[in-house]
Amino acid sequence: MAETTNVTKTPASEVPPAEHTRSGYFYRPNVDILEQADELTVLADVPGTAADGIDIRFEDGMLSIHAKVPPRNQDVDFIVREYGVGDFYREFRVNETIDAAKISAELADGVLTLHLPKVEAVKPRKIAVKA
Amino acid sequence: MVLRSMNPQYPMQQLRREMDRLWSSVVGEAVEPPWTGLVRGRPAVNVWETSEAVFAELEVPGLKNDELDLSVVGDQLSIRVERPDAEQQGVTYHRRERPVGAFTRVLRLPAPVSSDAVEAELKNGVLTVKLPKAEAARPRKIEVQSK
Repeated sequence: MAETTNVTKTPASEVPPAEHTRSGYFYRPNVDILEQADELTVLADVPGTAADGIDIRFEDGMLSIHAKVPPRNQDVDFIVREYGVGDFYREFRVNETIDAAKISAELADGVLTLHLPKVEAVKPRKIAVKA
Repeated sequence: MVLRSMNPQYPMQQLRREMDRLWSSVVGEAVEPPWTGLVRGRPAVNVWETSEAVFAELEVPGLKNDELDLSVVGDQLSIRVERPDAEQQGVTYHRRERPVGAFTRVLRLPAPVSSDAVEAELKNGVLTVKLPKAEAARPRKIEVQSK
């Protein structure tokens, strides 16, 4: 007989939606998330943000990225307007395999790169076989 | 001419702004509404003008100077952007939202510009192009003489 395993999942309705503490628009940055053997990398497009405008928090398994974009060209007469200028915000639920203390980030040319290293216990290890 | 009345996107943008307002007042949701993608070009561009110049601004995150190609011919500004595909081997992608590849936008400007004096600046992933209007297209103050 095959052994049965029960996998429980929190229903989406039970997860309280995060609430913002300030009003106004946030734009949702496009991201790439890639997983290597020893870390997760998040690349986020946050054009218009300077290095001091990045606010990254990791709390209760929630990683939040807030990129502040200083307002520009507010009083101009737009002929074509395809995007709005405003802060970027996005949250991710990250599981416990991430070593929160070692999260690092860098910003270059409007792209934010976040490195989320995995905890030692889940990194793949090569086990040497003794002769 | 990218005149407001002739810009086919203009009524859509007005509608979008109105919908944005409604959306945020009812739902309280601060993220960009899902239909925004419908009117966004690639790369997204904003254009505005002053009496002296026409400005075009584009969001081009991650691009270096040599991945941008700008040219002005007559009253057309063309912008070619090439974002290299930095796909890495041996990794698992959980999200893949950032566009890659080459994109070209051609904008017809609302006034003739002096192509020698065009300036472009790239800062934090935002490209701003300043296109000074040709002498003939600038407003001129006319002195009224009294006799």
